[in-house]
Parts: sequence; structure tokens; C-alpha cells
Amino acid sequence: MTTIDTSRPEQLAHDAPEPIDAPAITPALSVAGISHCYGRRQALSDVSFNVAPASFTALLGLNGAGKSTLIALITRLFGIQTGRISVFGHDISDAPSDALRLLGVVFQPRTLDLDLSVMQNLLYHAALQGIARREARLRGEEVIARIGLADRVNSRVRDLSGGQMRRLEIARALLHRPRLLLLDEATVGLDVQARADILAHVRMLVAEQGIGVLWATHLFDEITASDDLVVLHHGHVLARGSVTQILKETGAPNFDMAFRGMTEAADRRGRSS
Amino acid sequence: MSTTFLTDEHRKLGFGNYVTCLNGILWREALRFLHQRERFVSALVRPLVWLFIFAAGFRQVLGISIIPPYETYILYEVYIAPGLIAMIQLFNGMQSSLSMVYDREMGNMRTLLVSPLPRWFLLICKLLAGTVVSLLQVYAFLLIAWFWDIAPPLIGYLTVLPALILSGLMLGSLGMLISSRIKQLENFAGVMNFVIFPMFFASSALYPLWRVQEGSPMLYYLCLFNPFTHAVELIRFALYDKVNWVSLAVVAGCTAVFTIGAIIAYDPGRGFARRAPAGGET
Repeated sequence: MTTIDTSRPEQLAHDAPEPIDAPAITPALSVAGISHCYGRRQALSDVSFNVAPASFTALLGLNGAGKSTLIALITRLFGIQTGRISVFGHDISDAPSDALRLLGVVFQPRTLDLDLSVMQNLLYHAALQGIARREARLRGEEVIARIGLADRVNSRVRDLSGGQMRRLEIARALLHRPRLLLLDEATVGLDVQARADILAHVRMLVAEQGIGVLWATHLFDEITASDDLVVLHHGHVLARGSVTQILKETGAPNFDMAFRGMTEAADRRGRSS
Repeated sequence: MSTTFLTDEHRKLGFGNYVTCLNGILWREALRFLHQRERFVSALVRPLVWLFIFAAGFRQVLGISIIPPYETYILYEVYIAPGLIAMIQLFNGMQSSLSMVYDREMGNMRTLLVSPLPRWFLLICKLLAGTVVSLLQVYAFLLIAWFWDIAPPLIGYLTVLPALILSGLMLGSLGMLISSRIKQLENFAGVMNFVIFPMFFASSALYPLWRVQEGSPMLYYLCLFNPFTHAVELIRFALYDKVNWVSLAVVAGCTAVFTIGAIIAYDPGRGFARRAPAGGET
């Protein structure tokens, strides 16, 4: 179901989170009424949406929209001030261990240890997930082969290209076999081919392994018509639903224009209030 | 709630998972230590400069009378050796915190903090790993010091181990607590100057407290309430197979307070969590 309100975004503050996909299934991710402040600055305001299992949901917003703050809240790097977040029904505040075990994350900044080798980075991550060494090595070899780095197993990470590092981060995020994958601006700084490869790889994970994906981005060309979408602007959700539905309801000829229309209307309201 | 998507992979974490995590963090710290050989060398050079140059120069100026745990007159070098051991641990504790600030700035810290294991456990693993690294440095120093005629009884090399672990944990947890409040790497240099040097000089590391009392009663009380003084005394007594119970109590108490403080400070709902993401991300 699509929810768009270009005239009264504050109405969203009172909406219950609506599942984008089948409501009978426990959402992979449920974000309900999340607000967050840094001092007096409001970074997120009553953000609510769901991500269905085995779906690709794009979290679209310009720089400063609040995407990274939201990712930090979902991954419990920040404490939740208002609202609730749950992963497959496990509340991130009340049952963080259960929720985090189902979660794989690729953060916007690189989080690999540059002085460790490809395999050592994977083994360290596996240890943090409590995966025994022998099993970790087996899984590590498997994912390294899958991302095409089998010949670089013992290379130091600092010797890899940007695209290889990103693929390694995605492989690392999948090592503990999560059911939900969060990627925060995962293609920033990569060339066109590397971006396309990574996006195709993540979409393949959704299709073949049934992983739910939340893909935070500010790049329109990473979104396809069949994706679910959450549009975030200055900490408010302006729209959520499928791209097709959003286009239909806004009446815009393409998504670029629909996004501009929504954000400019929101900015005008912000200035006038 | 339906959990039909979940498999055996997602069962509750058990004791074995905790041990695996601890091993992993120890292994990673050891690798990092091996990659930073200059860190090992500088950790040794610092106390050795004090021992070979400072102590040799001051030997004639600062005579040490018979004070516990020593049973005879001792050379000044022998007196300051426990203080220099504690200095190694103090610098190592601060170095570990520096690496935590660096990891946080570079983003590596997130890998640790999104682990499903409890955050208090992860922080304690980091503390233990830092302490193990400091033990390697201390025993290397003791080996070199032995050639300089600083030779405590053989049993002392063993009995000092628990004292070193406890003092290493105390100084590491203090560093961790401080690191939680540091927003940028550059600020840490100032903290080093405001923490390391005052702690080291206002202690019994370089001169016995009774001498300090003669010179300045106020400084004496400052030294007496300095936890670093008690880390030095705990190590000094343990090296001679003795226990300084007051120092043991102070070091154990401070370790508990600093560790709990660091755990609270790194709690997502409190200290660590309050700041906006770095690099303009929001």
C-alpha cells in the first residue's frame, strides 16, 4: 500500500506503520514512530515504514535526509529516543542480541581493517558473531569465491580496489547468514561498472536467498520500477510504497520529477510554517 | 510473532559463542600489535630511557632507605622498576583507547558494536586484549631489566602476574572511559598530557611517598589518592611475593568503577550514542 502526503506530512506522524508487502508475514524490519534529535536539531521525525522479507526497499533521500541516523538506530549504534524498531519481530531495544543476529550491515564509511587480509577480516567478523573458527573459515572461503576474490584471500585489504572492498564488506555482512541486509550508500565513490555489479549482486541475494534489503541511497538510477520505496526528506517520510504506485499517485511522468515535486512542496511548507 | 524464516543459524548464543568472540578479539589485537612493531619498540624504549639514563643520573641524589617490601637497601633503579612497569601499562591503556578513538573515527568500531553479543562483554574483551598486549611488553622490559641487575626473586615473576592483570585492566578501563568522551582523534593528545603525566609524576613511581610528604604534604595527599600510586605499589609488592592489601582494594575498586563507567558511556542510549554521525552523514 502506498502512502503519499505532499500536503500534510505531519499526518504521517499519526499513521501506524504499514507493511509494504504481505501484512500477514512478520516484517523483516519494522520502524514505527521513530524520532531522533541531536541536541536541539531534529534529525528524524516520526518515521514509520516496514520492509518485507525477500524484498528490495530503497530508502531514498538527499544528503542530510536522516538515512545514516536511521541506519545507526536500526543497528543500535544510537539509542532510540522515541518509537520502536524491530527485526523479524525482535525489538532492537528489548532484545538486541536476537535482532542483531538477523541483521547484516554495510555502513557508508569503510569498516574493514585495512592492515588485515581478506580472510582475516572475515574471520574477525565471524568471531564477533560467535561463529567457530573452522566453520568461519569454510564460510569465508565460500563467500570469497562468490565475490570473485579467491586469488586475493591473503592480500591485505588496503591493496584492494574500492569496488572489491565494497564487495568484501557485503560478503562479510552475509557471513553470519542474516535475513535482513542494510546498506547505507554502499556504492558511493565507485565507478559505474562497480556500482552496477554491486547492485546486481544485492538484487540477486533478494531473489535467490530471500533476504530482505534496505538500500539507503540518494541516487535515483539505483531504483527500479518494481522496488519498494521510502522517501525521506529532512527527517520526514514523504512517501512510501512501490515506485509505480508513487508515480501513479503523484501523476509525475518520471520518478525524478515526482521526487522534486514532493521535496519542493515539503520545503515550501517548511519555509512558510 | 512468526519466525518461520529463521533457521538454526539464529538460535540463542551460548557459552561457546562468547569464547569464540573473546578469542577473536584477542587474536585481532595480537595481529594489530604484530603489525605495529614500532609500537612495541617505543613501549620498551620509554621505560628503558628512564631506567638507563634518569635512574643512573639520580642514583646518587635520591637514596632510598629500607621501606617495605624491600628488606635491604636498594639501588634507585630497583626502586623505580615497578613504577616503570606501571608506566608501560599506563601508556598501553591510553594507546588502546587511542586505537578505539581511531577505530570510531574510521568506522571500524561499528563492526564491533553491531555484534549480537552484549556490548559490556565486547568492551571487556577489548580490555582483556589490551591487558594481554601490555603483559608482553612488561615481561620484555623485565627481561632487559634483569641484565641491569634488577632481579626480583624468581617467584616474583609469577606472583606479579595477577597484579599486572589487575593494574592493566584498571588503566585500560580508565583509557576506555576517557575514549568514550573524546569526539575527535586530535583531542586525545591533550588528554594524554592531562592524564598520563599528572598520574605518573604525582605517584610513588619515582620517589617514595614519605619523601613526598617531607617536601609537600598537599602533594603527598594527591599522590595517596592517585589510583596509579596503588597500581605501582601493588606491582612493587607482588614482585617480591607480597600483597599490599590497601593497594589491591583500591586498584580492584577503581577497575570496577572505571569499567562500569566505560560500559555506561558506550551504551547506545547514553554517552556514545548521543553524537551525530561523522563526516556529515545524517
